[in-house]
Order: sequence, then C-alpha cells, then structure tokens
Amino acid sequence: MKQLWHMLTLIGADRPGIVAGVTRALYDQGLNLGETSMLRLGGNFTIMMMVSGGESEASLQENLKPVIESLGMCLHIDPIEASLHQHLLPNMQVTVSGADRAGIVAQVTGVLADNQCNILDLESDVAGSVEKPVYIMQIACIADVPLETVEQALESLRDDGVDVNVNPIETYIG
Amino acid sequence: MAILDILTLPDSALKQVSEPVESFDDDLRAFIADLEETRRNGPAAVGIAAPQVGYFKRIVIIDCSTTRKPVPNHGHLILVNPEITHWEGYDMGREGCLSVPDYTGNVIRATRIHLTARDPDGNALEFDMEGYEARAAQHEIDHLDGMLFVDRVVSRRTDLFKRKVYQKGGKKGGSRES
Repeated sequence: MKQLWHMLTLIGADRPGIVAGVTRALYDQGLNLGETSMLRLGGNFTIMMMVSGGESEASLQENLKPVIESLGMCLHIDPIEASLHQHLLPNMQVTVSGADRAGIVAQVTGVLADNQCNILDLESDVAGSVEKPVYIMQIACIADVPLETVEQALESLRDDGVDVNVNPIETYIG
Repeated sequence: MAILDILTLPDSALKQVSEPVESFDDDLRAFIADLEETRRNGPAAVGIAAPQVGYFKRIVIIDCSTTRKPVPNHGHLILVNPEITHWEGYDMGREGCLSVPDYTGNVIRATRIHLTARDPDGNALEFDMEGYEARAAQHEIDHLDGMLFVDRVVSRRTDLFKRKVYQKGGKKGGSRES
C-alpha cells in the first residue's frame, strides 16, 4: 500500500524544547517521521520533516495547533509524493568562501545548472563579523560531466576575494 | 568459497570487540577467501572487516586501487591483526558501510597513518598510508573495535578549522571540540 506523506514546515524563534515538543505531539497522535532537516537559521529554528500517518492536512493542522501555539511557531503542511530509501550519492563537492557579495549563489548554481549538475544538498552561511561578513557555501551534487569542465566554468567567478573549489567526493564503502 | 551474510545495524554483534588471530592456518585462509568474495559481492565495497560477517577475529581487507580518480594506495591488502602505530592530520570525508545500508555521512579521520599487520601466512607487514587508503584502514579497524562510522558522523557544518584535537579510538567517539 502506498504510504501517504505530508511535508511539515515549522519555523519559530529558537528556544530549548522545540524538537521535543513537536515530535512528542506527533508521536502521541500515532504519526511517524521520515527524513527530516532541523536547523537554526538566523536565530530561528527551522524544521522540515516528512510525516506519515496523517489523514488530511486539516486534521494535522488541527491536532498540532496546541503545541504549535505554545511554542509560538508557524506551521505549513503540504501533501507530497514521497518514499524513503531514495538516497542518491553525490560525486562532486563545490565549496565557495570569501567576501560576501550579491549574486554569488546564483552565479555558482547557474554554472552547475548549465552543466546539468543535480544539487543534493546546499548549505550556506554568513560568518565573519558585521563589518566584514564572509560567505561560506558547500554544495554536494551529482555531475555527469567531468569535474574539470565544471571547474573551468567556475573559474571566472574566482575573483574579488571569492574562492571556489571543486572536489570529487569519493565515498568510502566498507 | 562462499558469500557470507553481512550483519547490519542494529545487530548488537557489530559492537563486539574482535580477538587477535593466533593461528595462521588453512582455516584462516579459507575464511579470508570467503570474506574477499563477500567484499566483491557487496555493492561498491572497497573494504570489509571480519566482524561484519559475524567472525570476531582481527582481519580486514581493503583495496583502494579502483577509485574513479587514482589515489595513493598499496593495492589489494589483507591485514591480519592490524594496528595503527602513528597517525597525524585530519580531514573530513564521506563514508558508507555494508552494515549500514542506504546511509552515508561525513567522518573525520587522520590523513596519514603508519600501520603494522600480518599477512595470511603470519608474515609481518608495515605500511605508511595517506588520504583515502588511510581512511579505509581506520574505518575497517573501527569494526574490529566494535565501532561503526555512524558513531563518528559529523555535520557538514562542522568547522574543521576550529578543531584542534583529534582523538582516535575510545568507545565514546573520536573527535571533540577542544
């Protein structure tokens, strides 16, 4: 039987107890978690999680209302086509670091898209200080073109104190 | 020769510490032949350790000669009673495991190691390994100590540059913030 999944997106000011509160409420209602991403972004805590066992968007929304309100969070729910055990292995990592300047993500990912690279995971962060922000981005993707092709295409972005590195990901299996 | 069953998480036997090999006999070599056949049968397996098939002796096989981009390596290695006697540097790399299907994660490993071992006939071996091959040896020797890579996985947000201490071994995990 095909399992019905919903993607729950929750956002709220970060504080201790968010994950425990939300997942306890889901568990108490007999719902199951699939893959999730939970991360603090700019002082907010963000959650995206696959949840199965929910009957409808409306019932999920209704049942989670008390915990969401008590934690002061926003909840968004989408029914999704999904299944577990669909992981893909990345074979290329692109690392970008340097002075924070507008457009760098669009430029780098534009090159990847032009080369049909499939991004599996992208994490970016602003480090440094208020006066001197530093942008750091790591992209794990699947590239069918040779690494050198991508490297060459990214070469022109490597200026103004921005460093772009392309490395193969050789996953060790043992 | 036979393809052996691979123990997978959450089998608690994977946490068992393996014993040193004492007899370098035909039984040992027959087992190693089976272990090698099992490794070759595993999807994209570069290495394998005896406890992964429920045989709790200190035996591992690695072969880092078949990576897409060639890496420094010593070819196909059967390492009996392997011991890392020196390690330095650290780097993050992606690992997966025959005993943990459908999961990969980033693990910090020493980048250069010195390793001693015996071959299947009991002769002494010694290697200086680096990079991917050093990672392979550390991953497999972890199995001999009842450790899985999932015990060592770190987030990609882990900032390597801030790390000053890398500790190999120990039941409570490898790396920690200094």
